[in-house]
Amino acid sequence: MIEHRRGFDALCHAFLILGVAFVVFPLYLVFVTATLSADEASRSPLPLLPSTHLFANVADVWQHGAGNAAVPFGLMLTNSLVMALGIALGKIAISILSAYAIVYFRFPLRGACFWLIFVTLMLPVEVRIFPTVEVVSKLHMMDSYAGLTVPLIASATATFLFRQFFMTLPDELIEAARIDGAGPMRFFFDIALPLSKTNIAALFVITFIYGWNQYLWPLLITSKPAMTTAVVGIKSMIASGDAATAWQLVMSATLLALIPPLLVLILMQRWFVKGLVDVEK
Amino acid sequence: MLITVVFFLWPAGVALWQSSSAQDPFGLTSTFVGLRNFTTLLADPLYLTCFETTLVFSGLVTVIGLLIALPLAAMADRVTRGARAYQALLVWPYAVPPGIAAVVWGFLFNPSIGLVTYALAKFGVVWNHALYPGQAMFLVVLASVWSQISYNFLFFYAGLQAIPRSLIEAAAIDGAGPLTRFFGIVLPLLSPTTFFLLVVNVVFAFFDTFPIIDAITAGGPGQATETLIYKIYSEGFKGLDLGSSAAQSVVLMAIVIALTVFQFRFIERRVQYE
Repeated sequence: MIEHRRGFDALCHAFLILGVAFVVFPLYLVFVTATLSADEASRSPLPLLPSTHLFANVADVWQHGAGNAAVPFGLMLTNSLVMALGIALGKIAISILSAYAIVYFRFPLRGACFWLIFVTLMLPVEVRIFPTVEVVSKLHMMDSYAGLTVPLIASATATFLFRQFFMTLPDELIEAARIDGAGPMRFFFDIALPLSKTNIAALFVITFIYGWNQYLWPLLITSKPAMTTAVVGIKSMIASGDAATAWQLVMSATLLALIPPLLVLILMQRWFVKGLVDVEK
Repeated sequence: MLITVVFFLWPAGVALWQSSSAQDPFGLTSTFVGLRNFTTLLADPLYLTCFETTLVFSGLVTVIGLLIALPLAAMADRVTRGARAYQALLVWPYAVPPGIAAVVWGFLFNPSIGLVTYALAKFGVVWNHALYPGQAMFLVVLASVWSQISYNFLFFYAGLQAIPRSLIEAAAIDGAGPLTRFFGIVLPLLSPTTFFLLVVNVVFAFFDTFPIIDAITAGGPGQATETLIYKIYSEGFKGLDLGSSAAQSVVLMAIVIALTVFQFRFIERRVQYE
């Protein structure tokens, strides 16, 4: 604090509270709506205070789903979870290995490989989504976990991050390891891997949320309702046209779908914030 | 041992990587009909409208998003009490999938039972984003800004924390008030962060807002909120016009690259680095 200006400080707090309200209010309403009974949820205006039907709604959605998506929401959550975990773990494993290869081994076209990877940084999946879908369907991976995860695993960002990190490791470390008789694998597992723990944690949060948030991709890859992910499923629960949407069920589902990423985010916030800023710079 | 690692692990990485990059639209048959797809595309007034929509939309999302996040970060940086709590809460939208953010905002503004709609009706405003293009655009922008806010906030906050305290103290001793300090010192020093966020937000608005648009308006009413990426989807997968869709992908890709180059070339020059 450099100087005291009570008025200005109060203004700051007011603005911040406004910002937080803007952020939290929609989420709060999700919670409130999820607690309403079917009757209460169809009245306008909706109440602002929670009611008592939270567990009934959650159980209902979990077992039966809602609206057009008459698939148990528990199943969709499992799909989402498999997909997000698959992407997160796969991405980290692949990119740490390729970064390790790029940094520590000399082989023909090493520079070219690196630039190839760097170029894909500029092309988000959405741009090349159409051809990607074609390839996946040719490989008969539609409607499967493999189709959901594998194409999204290949990532330049993570490789890039690990490359930057490996380059900061001092050469003396490698020399010392070599003198002690450690081969490349040994060096990787005993030295490089433990040192990059923080990076891995941060990357896990980011990629997990990335995987969880995927929308367009599962929409295209899955046609069977039993394979849809939570995010896509929720959207399909909203009735179009004249049919009434069971908002209390939709919001219960939303609540459930928000829990895993929020949990990951809150539990790992410290690494995440640091990691996010490092990753993207 | 070294050779095994190089020739076993690396090719595995490359193979996986190539399996995704070999799928660039350039390899599609559409390129073999020459540039016909492109010429029809550029002569199509609908496509040009869509182009305009995208520009307006991305501009709004980027500018509003940054303008909200910057003061929030600056103030969170200033206050001592509760800064952590504010930060923890402001990070939440990052974990909310854009698709869900869209559903939630769509629910708030739902024409029949939405809470905000109800409040607006009290002021005599009739809200129905399925009917009025302006309202549809507003809602889509709002949801996008909301889901991007924590990202912007975090980066501004980290950028602010990196500014040396002594600089600000020196300015304070020289008699500069909070606002003078902010515009005279903090903002110029923050320009690398701002520049970076500018790029990221434009890319976000171009690509990652697909779920938001799909869930709230599905491109409607009419074409009011149909951005380029949404058009690729609707023509390629719903309309099955593969050639046109692929051509659009290529155009979009060219835009991304041009945008990046442009931003690095022209904006970076005016950006101050410490």
